[in-house]
Amino acid sequence: MENKLTRNLYKIPYLLWILVFVIVPIALVVYYSFFDIEGHFSLGNYRKFFTPVYLQMTVSSFWYAFLITAISLIIAYPTALLLTKTKHKQLWLLLIIVPSWINLLLKAYAFIGIFGTYGAANSFLKVIGIGQQQILFTDFSFVFVSVYIFIPFMILPIFNSLNELNPTLIDAANDLGASKWTTFRRVIFPLTIDGVKSGCQVTFIPALSLFMLTRLIAGNRVITLGTAIEQHFLVTQDWGMGSTIAVFLIIIMVLIMVLTNTKKRGV
Amino acid sequence: MDKKLTPLSKLFLIIIFFILYAPIFFLILYSFNSGETMYSFKGFSLEWYRELFHDTRLLIIVLNTIVVALLSALFSTIIGIFGALAIHMAKRRETKNTLLSFNNVLIVSPDVIIGASFLILFTMAGIKLGFYSVLLSHIAFSIPIVVLMVLPKLTEMSPSLIDAARDLGASSWDVMSKVIIPYISPGIFAGFFMALTYSLDDFAVTFFVTGNGFSTLSVEIYSLARRGISLNINALSALLFLFTMLLVVIYYFITQRNKPSGMGVRKR
Repeated sequence: MENKLTRNLYKIPYLLWILVFVIVPIALVVYYSFFDIEGHFSLGNYRKFFTPVYLQMTVSSFWYAFLITAISLIIAYPTALLLTKTKHKQLWLLLIIVPSWINLLLKAYAFIGIFGTYGAANSFLKVIGIGQQQILFTDFSFVFVSVYIFIPFMILPIFNSLNELNPTLIDAANDLGASKWTTFRRVIFPLTIDGVKSGCQVTFIPALSLFMLTRLIAGNRVITLGTAIEQHFLVTQDWGMGSTIAVFLIIIMVLIMVLTNTKKRGV
Repeated sequence: MDKKLTPLSKLFLIIIFFILYAPIFFLILYSFNSGETMYSFKGFSLEWYRELFHDTRLLIIVLNTIVVALLSALFSTIIGIFGALAIHMAKRRETKNTLLSFNNVLIVSPDVIIGASFLILFTMAGIKLGFYSVLLSHIAFSIPIVVLMVLPKLTEMSPSLIDAARDLGASSWDVMSKVIIPYISPGIFAGFFMALTYSLDDFAVTFFVTGNGFSTLSVEIYSLARRGISLNINALSALLFLFTMLLVVIYYFITQRNKPSGMGVRKR
């Protein structure tokens, strides 16, 4: 019973999983990206990707993802910082995380109601005298809802790294005469940069690819890389072009992972 | 560091919490609306809930979702335990790191890519899109998270426990079933639970690999929401909110017993 074969038998399902569901799918995506819509081998999809239409889409997708990440960071960092100073900080953190457990589509749906023509946001605007506006199906609503969805994911890693920060370092900075802002800029922020990086990582990549938000909230005004992939696979059935965009998304993802490579902490 | 919060920072936190929770409670509030819109509250009624419970199609979808979630969590936990053991037992450092990198691919990949690539995979393999394709993909994307939940428990376990068991004459099977598995069981529970919630919450991957005729709750909500406001979605969301709260409480207790793996945010 103790021979090498049976001892290694248990590894088979897992290794099989790696082969079938990790390596093969990626290989298939790369393979398909070389076929045009009629099934002929060609580099046409790549040529098409470098035409202004697709490049512009990529750039705007990046711009939105950048905007969403930046705004989430600006809101999440102070929140995390203040949370670490509260009395029952783990409880408050849990309360921040709870909304992230609620189905994303339901949150998007809530905003369809809130931002709608007669929705709560518009009645508020009327009361303060600005008057009714088109909010739903604009880029503003897309960015707002995305930030809303990503904030908990941004807060958590930043909170964790702030929580690990040794408070004596801050005392030391104070004793040496640093102002609050200097302490933040020279001590707190550099020491929590890992949390910021993993927060940006878990926000930026999904922000490039969430297609359901663009469909539900932005109408079809915002096309991200994810929307384009979904469109090609499920609507126009042009799997080749969809795969090509997917290949670029994978490359971008790997680049971001390398750029924000932390020592595997946080999320 | 001054420990006291200034009134201004308290206000900031209050605003953040308000923004985070207002949409959710807004949804739930309107589920009790006797009118048909999400902007004018006509009066209290439970009509939408009644309609929800009479919608057999929807109930079947709920059942589908639960069956897929339970089965995928079960299978992914079993394979995930094997995976964690394989990574833990790997002798060479490079083998370990390679396995871990492969493990993390599906965790960091955006859902669209997972969905699109699985769609190609199932089509090439000739698997009909429907229950089995959804189940298989849910198992596939839940395995890595189980591995990540179980692995810290294995690394934390002192190897002398196994040596002791062997010295006392335990066979490999005994070592596995009486020493290792009981020791890592909190990790296994956490992994099972995470797999369950991943499956329940997934939309994008399912959307790609589900054909006509089979649907899960997330996909159904998406197609309803694309058609616009209908208050039975609100009623559904109120019920799901309660269910989520229940899961949070369970998860909280699991992590309390299982401190090191800490708190997790759900993937999207």
